Amino acid sequence: MPYIPHTAKDIEKILKAVGAGSVEELISQLPAASRLKGPLAIPDGLSEQELLGHMKALSSKNSTVEEYSSFLGAGAYNHYIPSVVDAIISRSEFYTSYTPYQPELSQGTLQAIFEYQTLVCQLTGMDVANASLYDGATAVAEACLMAKRITNREGIVLANALHPEYRETVATYLTGTGDHLSTIDYSATTGATSLDAIESAISDKTACVVIQHPNFFGSLEDIEAIAGVVHKKKALLVVAVTEAVSFGLLKSLGDCGCDIAVGENQSFGNSLSYGGPYLGFMATKTEFIRQMPGRLIGQTVDKEGRRAFCLTFATREQHIRREKATSNICTNHGLCALAASVHMVSLGSGGLRKLAALNLSKAEYLKKKLKESGVEAAFTSPTFNEFTVKVKGSPDGVLKKLLEKKIIGGLNLEKYYPELGNHLLICATEMNSKEEMDALAAALK
Amino acid sequence: MESNGTKGLVLDEPLIFEKSSPGRVGIGPAHSDVPESDPKKTLGQKFLRDDIEGFPDLSEMDAVRHYTRLSQWNFGLDSGFYPLGSCTMKYNPKINEAASRLPGFAQLHPYQPEDLSQGALELMHSLEAYLSEITGLEAVTLQPSAGAHGELCGLLMMAAYFKAKGKPRTKIIIPDTAHGTNPASSHLAGFKVVPVKTEGKGALTVEMVKAVMDEDTAGLMLTNPNTIGLFEKNIKEIAEVVHSKGGLMYCDGANLNAIMGLVKLGDIGVDVVQLNLHKTFSTPHGGGGPGSGPVCVGKALEPYLPCPRIKKENGKFSLDFNRPKTIGRMKSFYGNFSIMVRAYSYIRRMGGVGLKRATEAAILNANYIKERLKGTYHLAFDEPCMHEAVFSDKFQESCGVSTMDIAKRLIDYGYHPPTVYFPLVVHGAIMIEPTETETIDTLDRFIDVMKTIAEEAKTNPQILKEAPTKTKIRRVDETRAAREPILRWKK
Repeated sequence: MPYIPHTAKDIEKILKAVGAGSVEELISQLPAASRLKGPLAIPDGLSEQELLGHMKALSSKNSTVEEYSSFLGAGAYNHYIPSVVDAIISRSEFYTSYTPYQPELSQGTLQAIFEYQTLVCQLTGMDVANASLYDGATAVAEACLMAKRITNREGIVLANALHPEYRETVATYLTGTGDHLSTIDYSATTGATSLDAIESAISDKTACVVIQHPNFFGSLEDIEAIAGVVHKKKALLVVAVTEAVSFGLLKSLGDCGCDIAVGENQSFGNSLSYGGPYLGFMATKTEFIRQMPGRLIGQTVDKEGRRAFCLTFATREQHIRREKATSNICTNHGLCALAASVHMVSLGSGGLRKLAALNLSKAEYLKKKLKESGVEAAFTSPTFNEFTVKVKGSPDGVLKKLLEKKIIGGLNLEKYYPELGNHLLICATEMNSKEEMDALAAALK
Repeated sequence: MESNGTKGLVLDEPLIFEKSSPGRVGIGPAHSDVPESDPKKTLGQKFLRDDIEGFPDLSEMDAVRHYTRLSQWNFGLDSGFYPLGSCTMKYNPKINEAASRLPGFAQLHPYQPEDLSQGALELMHSLEAYLSEITGLEAVTLQPSAGAHGELCGLLMMAAYFKAKGKPRTKIIIPDTAHGTNPASSHLAGFKVVPVKTEGKGALTVEMVKAVMDEDTAGLMLTNPNTIGLFEKNIKEIAEVVHSKGGLMYCDGANLNAIMGLVKLGDIGVDVVQLNLHKTFSTPHGGGGPGSGPVCVGKALEPYLPCPRIKKENGKFSLDFNRPKTIGRMKSFYGNFSIMVRAYSYIRRMGGVGLKRATEAAILNANYIKERLKGTYHLAFDEPCMHEAVFSDKFQESCGVSTMDIAKRLIDYGYHPPTVYFPLVVHGAIMIEPTETETIDTLDRFIDVMKTIAEEAKTNPQILKEAPTKTKIRRVDETRAAREPILRWKK
């Protein structure tokens, strides 16, 4: 049997030691009435060779973003992952270890995550970051719960230009503890959230306002001005970032007055993998540490005074505080955080800036080419590597035609925003060649 | 008893930021094939940053060396025996890693058309069917990211079920043996926790539940087998009590590996269970995730499952968003797909018979350790156990030695310590879960080491107090970490 090393002799030895005549006798501790009578209706086991053949066959029923030109983003970004990432996360000392409860045996994981926390602080311009959360959507939900605890207020105001699946996740998370949710519409002209709309959406019961930047339509939001409006009402500003490569160019959230920065770090080192596992991040101001969810790694010393790292502030967590914990999170996305760190580090500050600038250049080129084909950008706000366009005809029809040319043309926005009937969300990264973009523009003419 | 630990060259390594040299380039991005767009002109200065203060600049090789050295300070399952109770540190098959990295699985965008994703949807659909067969429950969602996330999902479904009946319920019963995530998830789902003290009796009794179960209580959240490693023998009768008051039975399936193929939870009155693919189904723990926490439910809760569900019609797979009673979404997209690939791969490699054998071997191994160590260490409950055995430091206390000292001494012998000080109901708990993938030779050696340590506790307790001495660092000052927090590097 695969992975089970017991020989008949081993089993005999164990049974003798425990004083049982048979395996069945040992299992007789289970009440007979509870026992399953027949075998599980699951196919017979495969040899490793057969299994690989089967998995290859199954995977070949999919078409990848390598086989097609893909212009999909919308919270999951196709970026080049340097070979070093897989080389490092494939080291089994990292991937086969558990949460670092025993610091003497886990300094590798602990230092790597401490470094990751620092990298997230540097990118966001915030004081402190946690080890990881599941994904961008749950990170936003956790930020809303955290804002409620900090402010003792109930109201959660979400920008309508926040990723629709993030809004749905927040709504699900808040059903248990009271969902005082409202949304702020975006400007039909700029595609960004207007200050007036924000101001009128906030009351003295508002715990936080959540703005995505760049937002779901790709538009940049004026975070600095928004922070001013939000803080006037003593509410907190939560900024969600789904495309973390934008950090390479865009002003840091801390510098813009953000209180809790959250989002998705999948863009760094984590493959698309049909939607997961991805990497939620959260960073905030020092004063809010004790209300923060998730694992935190701290620096300390060992008994001989050497630098060492360990899990800290555990009194916020479920295994100590049980129902009074800041969150129920236990297993998080540690290995995804390691992958992100390795990617960030191999880029370095210069590489990251260049990568971000390259993404901007690609998207601007595509925008221009589409315009030449008569496909105009739908909104006036500046964008990073993703933007919304208005197409001629039904978007589903347009996308279907593109598929024939092996192009996945973007996301039909109608499903999420009925008012955007003819709109596509289009993303261009360093993975999209000029040739591909020219082909898309030509096909849309 | 000689220690396994021998000498090796362990290199010091600074923080990555301390190795940085501004201007040094690691792996730059691709060359551009389009005209350069000037960010200042395109976006405007107000949106831009100057630099990323402190962000490290290293050569590719230095980055690789950095992480390689860090990895060498880690002890993984592949490094040695890792009997961490309740965590199920079974072997993580390499073929699963290879399968999850096949481009046809790794390079799929979650929003690409369903026609282009038939293999992924088929895999998820089959995995749901296998988990349904294993648990005996009708329907499955693969969306939750981890066990605790699955708990929240299951509890929110329970809340929605009662709300739809027009009688929302406010409380949930949780025994004191539960994982901390149970009460934390319940609180988040809006329930008030009604704790039940098992008072060292091991198993929950019908009377204990009867005393607290009423019509304001949504149900009981029970880990089975429980965290003491014992099967809750009265579960069927307990479920009847819960059901008679209109309540639902939530089972925390963290310990499913002890009953897979032997008992179907649906057959014994369970209405909802979350599974941990990173425990029972061999997917790696990754030093703290990612895991995956599918939830299986019976008919009554099926309408409330998160959206979307996977549908099969005329041989074609699709995502079904038309679910009016759904609790909504637990996260973006469909769950931790690449973890599902690994779990699927494990199930297909084992087959139905193999899964049952794994359970039996896990029980054999745990009982072997329990039986052979029980005179040396105090056994919390002296009866046949399932997949893990819980001891305590009661016999060693008089030597001035604690569970923590025993755990740290084990490190010097080359073992990852068991889970310590959990479950909370056992004072000084030492919770050992060997899993089925360990040979009897490994167990024998571990048992000998545990016995040696018990001797050392009597003859030379100081050696335990000083342990570990062979690791890169000695015991760390955790109090200082909390009192003088340093949570990031600064220049």
